[in-house]
Order: sequence, then C-alpha cells, then structure tokens
Amino acid sequence: MAPYQAPSQPSQEQLERRRLVGVNAETVTDVSSVDFPGHYPGEDHSWDAAKFRDNFQVKFYQNDPLESSFSLIGLDASVANAFRRILLSEIWTLAIEYVFVYNNTSIIQDEVLAQRLGLIPFKGNKKGLRDFLRPYHKPEEGSGEKIEGYDYNTIILALKIECTRNDQAARGETNPHKAYHNAHVYAKDIVFKPYGEQTKYFSGEGAIQPTNPDILIAKMRPGQCIDVEMHAVMGIGSDHAKFSPVATASYRLLPSIQILKPIIGKDAKKFAACFPQGVIDLEPVTKKDASKKGSGFEGHEGEMKAVVKDAMKDTVSRECLRHKEFEGKVKLGRVRDHFIFSIESLGQFDSEELFIESIQVLRKKCLALKENLSNMVR
Amino acid sequence: MSREAYQVPTAVPTPGRDSFQTNLSGDGPAINYLCGDCNAKVPLKRGDPIRCKECGHRVLYKERTKRMVQFEAR
Repeated sequence: MAPYQAPSQPSQEQLERRRLVGVNAETVTDVSSVDFPGHYPGEDHSWDAAKFRDNFQVKFYQNDPLESSFSLIGLDASVANAFRRILLSEIWTLAIEYVFVYNNTSIIQDEVLAQRLGLIPFKGNKKGLRDFLRPYHKPEEGSGEKIEGYDYNTIILALKIECTRNDQAARGETNPHKAYHNAHVYAKDIVFKPYGEQTKYFSGEGAIQPTNPDILIAKMRPGQCIDVEMHAVMGIGSDHAKFSPVATASYRLLPSIQILKPIIGKDAKKFAACFPQGVIDLEPVTKKDASKKGSGFEGHEGEMKAVVKDAMKDTVSRECLRHKEFEGKVKLGRVRDHFIFSIESLGQFDSEELFIESIQVLRKKCLALKENLSNMVR
Repeated sequence: MSREAYQVPTAVPTPGRDSFQTNLSGDGPAINYLCGDCNAKVPLKRGDPIRCKECGHRVLYKERTKRMVQFEAR
C-alpha cells in the first residue's frame, strides 16, 4: 500500500492545464478525464453534489425555436453524451405511422408514398402533444392484437387530392403549375381530422399541421389522384428516425489556443490567416509590452502582434501547426469539460424545451435505476 | 366481406369466341376501363366489344382496385 499522504490541493494553473485536451500536429493527448478518486495521489476527487453545483455553468449563445446553441461547463462527457443521445432518440414525438391507401394512381408507389408521408414533421398544440397524447402501444406482430386507436393516442389525417387540367390556362402552356390544378402535392394539402377530445387541444392555431408546409410529397398529371388516410402516433427515435424531434443535436469541445511566444508583424498576419475569421486579432504592441524584459516584444513597439480574440469560432484545423515559423509558439487544445451544444429542432417542440425534456428523461432513467438497485439489495 | 368477392355468374355463356360477341344479356353493371391509347374512361357491359369508344384502340386496362391497402410508414 502506498504511504498515506495528506490531502493536497493542486494549484489553479495545474487545474487549468488538466482541463485541456492537447491537439498536436498528428496526435491528440490527454483525451480521457482524470478527475476520479485515486488518480492523483493525495487529492480528493470524489464526486460531490455541492462541488458540482458550484462549478457547473450554463451559457446561452442563441435560443431560437428552431435552433439553440449553449455551453455546459463543468460536466463529464458521459452526461453530455447522454443528453445528446436522448435528444436524438428518446423524446416522444408525433409522426405518421399507418397509411391507408384508398386510391393512388400517381406514379409514386404506395409504399414509397407511405414512407415519405411518415417522414413529414408535424406541429400542434404543445400541451396537447405533451399531456393529452399518450405513447402508442404497438401490437406485436403475430400476437393477434388489434391496432387500438383512441383520441388520446391516434391523430387522423387525410390527403385527398386529384390533378385536373386547368381550362383557363393559355394554349401550349408548359408550366405544370399553370397548365394543371394540383400538379404538385405538398405537405400543406394534408388535412387534420380531429375527433373526440382532440378538438379541445388541437383547434385553431394549435391544430395538427406540417411544420414545413411546402414539402413536396408527389407530382401528378391530369387524371391521377391520391386518396389516403393517415394515423399519426407518438413514438421515439430509437424506434424510427421519423420520431426524432431534432434535425441534429450535437456538441463539440471548446477549442483553446495559447500563444506561448509572441507572434509579430508579418508572421502575425499569416498566423491570423491560419484560423477562421474572428479567431485571431491583430493588436499593436504597446509601450508597456515592449518595455517588459524577456517578453519577446522588446524593440517591436508599434508592430502588430497576434492575440486570441474568440477561440470558440475556431474549427481546430491545425493549419498553424504546419508552418515552421510558429513552431513552439502556439499550443492548441480543447477544454475537456466545456461542451458547446447545438440543437436544431424540427419545429414540433422548441429546441430549448427539448433540452429540458432530455434532462427529464435522464432523471427518470436514474430514478428507475435507483429503484431497481434498492430492489436488488432487498 | 369485401365488395369485390367473386360472384357466381348466373347465366353461363358457352365458352368460345362467340360468347363475347353474341350479347347474351346487354344489361348488368357497366365497368369502367381505361383506354391504353388515349386514357379515356370506357364503360363496358358484358358482351360489349372490347374497344375504346373515343379512338377505337383495342387495349383496355382495368382501373386500380377500390379496396383499401394498409401500409406502415417505415
């Protein structure tokens, strides 16, 4: 056994260094987190709720219904990744599941049409979607169970459209939009048919409708028609991607750029060009800088020096590491516990709501685990 | 049962070439067909000559079934 060591505290500088993932020209170092008990002898790294609460930060950069971007700081990658995965595949979302084709004489085949319809994102009254509509229990194949549709688990939609010739069109008209009626079938042609209690939640503004009304479903020519009824249910993304409420939900680590030795003059310009715009700024070397001995700025007063303006905008392309003149002058890295999330909602729920919902889902999972554990012990 | 269940024909025409032409009974429901050439609707009764009334084309197609077909949107 190792001899006992009194608990020690690492310096702030040390702590900052430990947070960085090193990004070198051809390697990446210090990838995994090391803040667990026993890694650093004599240091207390046991997880503590109070400590976590003090260190954890959330910063919002953008919060629009369809896109939000924010940082979670002071979190382990496993938790951040859990949120991302839940966002993609475990939030209940409404999508078309059954398609009943009464007539379809368009050139698009029934099964292809059904698949296309399933992928159309819908929106509606959020309270209704969240509280009134319940998850749909799908009957198992071969079990003999019937599809059970009630007002609280099935939304009925219909698409009945026929293409006809436009008599008002000029002779020789070649634009199908003008020559025919309903030459293109769009998502906005889908009609919501409320029944039962659904009228209470889904009426007026809150009616079930496609979030993007101009999605092209099919093209038709005179004499062709489509007549289908659709049943939409609540499902989760792990079942099928159409039930995923987000277009993308992803995170990246905050890039870090440290300029170790001054980069001045022409080099500074070249250095700035190695990064996306707005990452590196050029500033004149001040009198104070130049007078400091050993800083590397001596005799360069008035020249331009490179400073890091906004590391977040960096893509970590490592371009600057390819040039000889910057060797040893710059250190690239990423902050291991700083996650920049970007959530793009499809419009059924607001992107920020989705994140909060993902927290709820994770919490529910934790509670279930806790209960199972206590049952195991008993 | 579905609407299109097989119905036993009451008057069985003698098989052969004439059974189409002899117009055994001119009544019975007219069934719509589509002309293979001009896509016109051609209502035909039993015994009618198989021929488009608009263009005289001799290939007619059946319309799509009226029966509902269920699909999973997957």
